[in-house]
Amino acid sequence: MADSTSALALDKPRSPRRPAARRNNFELYSWVFMRISGLALVVLVLGHLFIMNILDGGVHRINFAFVAGRWSSPFWQFWDLSMLWLAQLHGGNGLRTIIDDYARKDNTRFWLKMLLYVAMAVILVLGTLVVFTFDPDIPAS
Amino acid sequence: MTAVAESTVHDTSQIPAPEGSLTVTVKIQRFNPEIDDEPHWESYDVPALPTDRVLNLLMNIKNYVDGTLSFRRSCAHGICGSDAMQINGINRLACKVLVKDLLAKKGKQTTITVAPIKGLPTMKDLYVDMEPFFEAYRAVKPYLIAYGNEPTRERIQSAADRERFDDTTKCILCACCTSSCPVYWADGSYFGPAAIVNAHRFIFDSRDEASEERLDILNDAEGVWRCRTTFNCTDACPRGIQVTKAIQEVKRALLFKRV
Ligand code: SF4
Ligand code: SF4
Ligand code: FES
Repeated sequence: MADSTSALALDKPRSPRRPAARRNNFELYSWVFMRISGLALVVLVLGHLFIMNILDGGVHRINFAFVAGRWSSPFWQFWDLSMLWLAQLHGGNGLRTIIDDYARKDNTRFWLKMLLYVAMAVILVLGTLVVFTFDPDIPAS
Repeated sequence: MTAVAESTVHDTSQIPAPEGSLTVTVKIQRFNPEIDDEPHWESYDVPALPTDRVLNLLMNIKNYVDGTLSFRRSCAHGICGSDAMQINGINRLACKVLVKDLLAKKGKQTTITVAPIKGLPTMKDLYVDMEPFFEAYRAVKPYLIAYGNEPTRERIQSAADRERFDDTTKCILCACCTSSCPVYWADGSYFGPAAIVNAHRFIFDSRDEASEERLDILNDAEGVWRCRTTFNCTDACPRGIQVTKAIQEVKRALLFKRV
C-alpha cells in the first residue's frame, strides 16, 4: 500500500533512498510565474503608459483611428495581448493568494474565488476577442 | 485593543526596590478564561533597575502582587525558548530584553507593554497553546533520517558541510518568528518559519538522506511558497538566525532541484 514508503527503511535496509515524488508543483510554478510575469509587466505596462500618455501629445491624440492604426501591426497586437494575459493571470493569482489568506470560512473562500475566476475569464475572452477580431473598417462615429 | 477598566490600582509596595531603581509601568494583557470573556490590560507601577530584564519585572509582579499572573519561563537565560512574548509590540524573549533598552526619554514615564504572542490561541495571560506550532515542527521530520545499513563508525562530515546549515542549528523553538509572520496569523495552515528553519537544518545536512521527503512536504500549498519575504521572522529571532534567508534557500533548492 501507500505505506511502503515509510516502511522502506525497515523492509529493505540496503535499498537506496526513497525516490523523489514531487506530487504537485503548482505552488512552485505559480511562484515562478509571478516573478517572471512581474518583470515582463514592468516593461509592458511602463511602455504602454509612456506611449499612451506622454509620447507626442499623450492622451489627446488617442481616437479610433489611432487604435486602428496601432492594431494593424502584429507587433502592437502581440504587445497588448501579452499585457492583457499577463496582467490578468498575475493579478488573478495575487488575488487568489490574498483570498486564501484572508477568507475565514471555506464557503467564503470558494465563492470569492469563483467570482474571481469568472471575472478573469470574461475579461480574458473579451479582450482577446477584441484584439483579434478588431475591424478598422467600421465607421468611426 | 479592547477597552480597559484600568480602575484597580495594584499595590506594588511589597516589591523590593533596590538602590538606583526607578519606577516603570508594566502594562500586561491579562486573560483568565474562567472569568473573562476577552483579554484586557492591567498596569503595574513597579521598581526596576536599568539592568533588570523584563522577566524580572514579571517575576516580581507574580511573586509580590498577583500570584495568578501566568507566563512560561524556565532557564531565564535565553536558552530554553519558553518565554516568547510581545514586548512593546515586538516578539522577544522576556529574559533577553533589558529595561535600559526600553526606557522613555528623560523625564517621561516608561511604559512597557507585554502581550502574548499572536497567531496561537491564548490560554491564560501570556500563556499560549504551542501545539499548532509543534505540530508544524513535527510535520517536517526534524530528525536525522538515513537509509541503508547502520554505519560502524561515526558519520563523518567536513567542516564546510557542517557550516552549510550552521545558522539553522541555533533554533530554540521559541516561536518568536512564527508568531510574527503575517501569513501565519492570517491563514493558520502555513507551516511557519520555525518549521522551515528546522527542515533547513536537515535538508542541508550532508549526513541526512531524506532531503527529498522534506522538500516535498515544503513544496505543498502550506509550504515555503506562502512566504512573502517580509522579514518579520528574521527581525524577531532572538538567536539572530537569518530565517528568511533559510526559507529562500529552501525555495532555491526546490526550484533548481539541487541541495
Ligand atoms: S519572511 Fe516569510 S516566513 Fe518570515 S515573516 Fe515574512 S512571510 Fe513569514
Ligand atoms: S528560528 Fe529563531 S525565532 Fe524562530 S523558533 Fe527558532 S529561535 Fe525562535
Ligand atoms: S526563560 Fe528560557 S529562554 Fe527565556
